[in-house]
Amino acid sequence: MFRPFPKRSRAHRGGPGTQARFPKCRVSWPDAQISGVCRARYAWGIDSPFGRADQFEIGSREGETLSNTAPLLSLKDFRLRFRGQDACTIDRIDLEVARGEVLCVVGESGCGKSVTAMALMGLLPEGAAEIPSGTLSFEGLDYDLTRERLPADLRGGAMAMIFQEPMTSLNPVFRIGDQIAETVLRHRGGTRAEAETRALDMLRRVGLPSPEARLRSYPHQLSGGQRQRVMIAMALANDPKLLIADEPTTALDVTIQAQILELIRDLQHEAGTGTIMITHDLGVVAEIADAVAVMYGGQVVETGPVAQVFDDPQHPYTIGLMESVPRLSGAGGRLTTIDGAVPAIEAMPEGCRFRTRCAFAAPACAARPALRDVGSGHATACHFAPLEAHLRVAG
Amino acid sequence: MLAYFLRRVMIAIPTIILISMFVFSLQHLLPGDPLLVLAGEERDPETLEFLREKYRLNDPIPVQYLAWVWNALQGDLGTSFRTNQPVTELIAEKLPVTLQLAIMSLIFALAIGIPAGIISAYKKGTVTDWAANVVALSGLSIPNFWLGIMLILLVSVKWQLLPASGYVPPGEDLWQSIRTMLMPAFVLGTALAATLMRHTRSSMLGVLTSDYVRTARAKGLSERVVVLKHAFRNALTPIVTLTALLFGELVAGAVLTEQIFTIPGFGKLVVDAVFNRDYAVVQGIVLVTAVGFIVMNLLADMAYMLLNPRLREA
Repeated sequence: MFRPFPKRSRAHRGGPGTQARFPKCRVSWPDAQISGVCRARYAWGIDSPFGRADQFEIGSREGETLSNTAPLLSLKDFRLRFRGQDACTIDRIDLEVARGEVLCVVGESGCGKSVTAMALMGLLPEGAAEIPSGTLSFEGLDYDLTRERLPADLRGGAMAMIFQEPMTSLNPVFRIGDQIAETVLRHRGGTRAEAETRALDMLRRVGLPSPEARLRSYPHQLSGGQRQRVMIAMALANDPKLLIADEPTTALDVTIQAQILELIRDLQHEAGTGTIMITHDLGVVAEIADAVAVMYGGQVVETGPVAQVFDDPQHPYTIGLMESVPRLSGAGGRLTTIDGAVPAIEAMPEGCRFRTRCAFAAPACAARPALRDVGSGHATACHFAPLEAHLRVAG
Repeated sequence: MLAYFLRRVMIAIPTIILISMFVFSLQHLLPGDPLLVLAGEERDPETLEFLREKYRLNDPIPVQYLAWVWNALQGDLGTSFRTNQPVTELIAEKLPVTLQLAIMSLIFALAIGIPAGIISAYKKGTVTDWAANVVALSGLSIPNFWLGIMLILLVSVKWQLLPASGYVPPGEDLWQSIRTMLMPAFVLGTALAATLMRHTRSSMLGVLTSDYVRTARAKGLSERVVVLKHAFRNALTPIVTLTALLFGELVAGAVLTEQIFTIPGFGKLVVDAVFNRDYAVVQGIVLVTAVGFIVMNLLADMAYMLLNPRLREA
């Protein structure tokens, strides 16, 4: 038979039994992944925002006792550089999601949130970007992102994604039911009828009115909010362990936003799905997050449990972000903003990338600050944290 | 759905009327008097007058037009000035030959053009894409007559694999008929394949970067399913339009190729009729071709409806 497209390599096919075939890179982080030069340039302070390094010494799923304490997903030392650029758009970030936890990744447009999500799912166009370093550990299996993408068997199966644009993310020429059934058939197999039953069940769970009729509908017959419900149904159809939601409410009406957010929260909670929610909306974070990672210029500048980060932000950027949220109380006065704009990637300063806009910037900021623990899992990448001490001195 | 179809047909009717008017006025606009051809050497005024009466050329033009339309509706397109054969009969004789050629060419064009376009879009910017484009450009620039003559030289004369020319009706010997038509169909098909490939490529390029293709990938589907099912189904609309138009062109414009391979088809009929000022035949052919184009367009519209669920309910 004529095959116009090369088949994916063996390693990317097959079910759970294939895990032995994946080139496994046992994480002995950080030594294995960071070159000597880089290690000299960046002093990495802590193991990770959420745990100790020894939690990651897991090579396979066999160690059941270990996997209970291990995070569902951890991304380590991830760098990404777009073709034709010198600087890394994503510059050494670590992310970690525990089972059933919601991690919100916040930051301005262009800070690399979505790119990170796409890279995690293995959805970046081939050849568009290179990944100089990065290890992904998911469900106890490690993937060296510099050499491989997330296997297609996981995509849409154990790891699923919801996108920002519900209006264009569904294929206009196929029925809703078929589009959901397709992903079920791909990952669970079984008969068409079973897949359609599952699709119907999912449409019911996401609260779409008259789900039987909707099964036969085409995307254009649905509103934006309904389409996003369908996308959620599709993403959750195979009971993923991790859901990545890339600004799932940004394109929707404000009234619908809350409903969709609630739906994701409920379904995630019900099934214990670990979730990475990408957003620039701190309201969303407050609503849904267990943990938060604040990104600026492709770096994680602050991370920790949502309560700590919100109550006691330690990074000047996080503080700026919090202050630029309009409030109903305390009326009067101008809305606080962060001066300037995110520099273009070529103009990114060495060291702390926020220092060109930071009120506290000092010569020391030319060296990249490590994420430092400031108590109970709350970590910040600022030389001057905790800031209160400095404010008192300055004041 | 039915409403959409009817609306399309309603649009087609005035088009056909306009075309018939144009076709009819053709004979009055063209220089030269066909009767002089018909009357031969004699040019005797009485004979001319008799012929004028016979072909009703003395009637007012609108009357002539209505008479012509009335007859045409009944399947009578007049008789050839030259051979005295009914035009309908002439067309019915030649059209199947050209239709067979057109269909076989189209099969070649689709079988080469679409896969090449998909691959070149998928491999955009690579050597494969570049090579496909070079081949397509050559396909467009190599004249049909040259390719035809070369093929005859190689395949028929040198290797003696296929007959060099002629026509065998499929009813007589299907296998032989296909064999005879293979080379001319290939020659015509390659030129169209190049056009089809370029259009398929640009259509696919637009679709491959769309959000729903990304969604398909996020489902973990294989690249084959992503490209051939999710992307290609959406890229199909312009390809269908083009195919319908190309088919019309094939029927009307295979003159050169028919000449090279001495196929007694439509193209030859047109050329002969024009040279002989055989107006009735020219009119008949132009009318049939025009209606053929309109029908192909209607079919393309129907195909859109099948392809695009939005149109189905409109």
